[in-house]
Amino acid sequence: MADTLPLPGEGRSEVDEVQFRFRDDEPADHPAVTVDAFVGQTNAAAVRIEPGDDARALLPHLARIALVEVNFPAFTDGRGMSAARILREAGYTGELRAVGDVLVDQLAFMRRCGFDSFAPAHRLDAEDAAAAFARWPHVYQSAADARVPIWRLRHGSGPNGGADG
Amino acid sequence: MYRYDTYDQAMVDTRVAEFRDQTRRRLEGKLSEDQFKPLRLMNGLYLQLHAYMLRVAVPYGTLSSAQMHALADIADKYDRGYGHFTTRQNIQYNWIKLEDAPDILADLAKVEMHAIQTSGNCIRNISSDHYAGAAADEATDPRPYAELLRQWSSFHPEFSALPRKFKIAVIASETDRAAMRLHDIGIRLVRNPDANGAGELGAAFYVGGGMGRTPMIAPLIRDFVPLEQLITYSEACLRVYNRHGRRDNKYKARIKILVHELGEDEYRRQVEEEFAHLLTLGIEPPFAELERIRTYFADPAFTPGLPESIDRSDPDFALWVDRNCHTHKQPGYVAATISLKPVGGIPGDATAAQMHLMAELARDYSFDECRVTHAQNIVLPHVEQQRLYELWQKLEAAGLGTANLDQVGDIIACPGLDYCSLANARSIPVAQKISERFAASGKGDALGELKLKISGCINACGHHHAGHIGILGVDKKGLENYQLLLGGSEGADTSLGKITGPGFDEDGIVDAVEKAADVYLAQRSEGERFLDTYRRIGMEPFKEALYG
Repeated sequence: MADTLPLPGEGRSEVDEVQFRFRDDEPADHPAVTVDAFVGQTNAAAVRIEPGDDARALLPHLARIALVEVNFPAFTDGRGMSAARILREAGYTGELRAVGDVLVDQLAFMRRCGFDSFAPAHRLDAEDAAAAFARWPHVYQSAADARVPIWRLRHGSGPNGGADG
Repeated sequence: MYRYDTYDQAMVDTRVAEFRDQTRRRLEGKLSEDQFKPLRLMNGLYLQLHAYMLRVAVPYGTLSSAQMHALADIADKYDRGYGHFTTRQNIQYNWIKLEDAPDILADLAKVEMHAIQTSGNCIRNISSDHYAGAAADEATDPRPYAELLRQWSSFHPEFSALPRKFKIAVIASETDRAAMRLHDIGIRLVRNPDANGAGELGAAFYVGGGMGRTPMIAPLIRDFVPLEQLITYSEACLRVYNRHGRRDNKYKARIKILVHELGEDEYRRQVEEEFAHLLTLGIEPPFAELERIRTYFADPAFTPGLPESIDRSDPDFALWVDRNCHTHKQPGYVAATISLKPVGGIPGDATAAQMHLMAELARDYSFDECRVTHAQNIVLPHVEQQRLYELWQKLEAAGLGTANLDQVGDIIACPGLDYCSLANARSIPVAQKISERFAASGKGDALGELKLKISGCINACGHHHAGHIGILGVDKKGLENYQLLLGGSEGADTSLGKITGPGFDEDGIVDAVEKAADVYLAQRSEGERFLDTYRRIGMEPFKEALYG
């Protein structure tokens, strides 16, 4: 597929190999296309966001998307974190996959931003990854996951507690 | 001051375990140095010229005596018996072994401290007014808001890989003692301007200031954010930056460049749009959380009706009172500054023994509390005037009684090429020579307020842009060279210094500072500070003296 971008990195297979997935539904079997190609096509159901893409361009089309891949060409580029949250905040419930330079120590943050599958360019040590996913007993802030922030644990969710009950 | 509850403690304990695990994976070779670098940086661990340097967070500069004792113990146990207080109100240790770092973090966690986000491209330790809770001119104590922001920004999942580092300062006075407008976000707590100064509290947001190679003074982006939207508005400011800040060039990656290139109106518009969206999500902690935090910052049990006179019969003491003590909101008290700038000393350095002593004095004279200032000194915020002489005698005996706050000897200097791998030139020896020169000639006493700031490279950790006199170390064909700047200020009248002309070598810059001081002494009018004279007469007379 001309529209499928290759990922950087050596020794990886031509498809993104999903190493961790936190969903029960069948994975989408269509290759992801670029945002530009996606917006122009009516039958695509999988799309790949690059760091410079505006995730909000997808918002009118969320209903037909089954898979969004967010590419991290370098783990130091955190734009994909905002892209993921923006999609979840807009009500996207399909698969949100982090691909590319995904490292053990980003996994917990990525989960919090709404990612529910992970296809690292280099396979991660399963034990280290499991520890990373399970590490934080609490979180300080509200994000795109269902975790309850510490301030809500402190004050409950009454009228003076949680922001919206 | 703030105390951890079980949640806060669990978070720092988890961080210690995580960093222990990351260090293990690095030592086992599972992490490359490139992969480990951002992880250790988010824990304040830098690889410097000679060893690892660990930067420990001192949130809004506030320390209890137990915490100061613990910092001293770390200096003895893991370093060479001293530490360096920084312009971010933190402390750095310069001789750390990587394998010790997890144990140091564990020792810190025992006294409710950490090194979380003291470096790296994330939201850094939040700084504040070192007289917070003591100053007579504040609208409120700014620290509860800084603490609320500290918790929000700690391990923020979306903002852990920003284009560049991100520094926030929170103040609540008209007089800016924290260089607020030279931060990525500067927040000033104010009364609602719509109610003629009598309204409810809120926050004015200044966004896009900074020093470094492109110094900028932050424009006012919003004059009033209601307190119950403080976190949501901050999140909007950060999200616009995370999405659109430049990542193609690290020297153009700070938010000041984004705000400058978009223009403040367009940046404001984008923030407002994001803010309106985020308000619908309920991400703001409840007001009860702010009130919970505020209770920790209630006034200590001041004794009412204490005498307001100080026995000034000892002239050395009287000089120290005039220079190092600041008016307190509570009659009968002062905020006293312990200068870490003895003549010829290393600015901001303190030995373990000095830290232990300062901790004891904080306990005995200042309700168990002290502050680190961005000028690299220590403040005892609440001292009874009638016990001030006793306190000063103890400081004098320990070499901590230098009476030079905001004087030419109170030099801010970065670690420079003696420690730092980024530096082009040494800062510390220049500071030492200038301090010695003015002490020996006696001119220092005649100069009055003169803020001198030295950076060993363009990154401006020594705040040279904001010095009445600034010095910038550069590399000139392999030799250390020093540029001289005049006219900077970080206060209410924030301004950026201007370069006088060609630079000087190490001895030449010491002479140049003295010549600039002489111009001031010759030209000053009654009551003028160096900065006032410079602003009145301009650069030319100084250039004439330096290069004529």
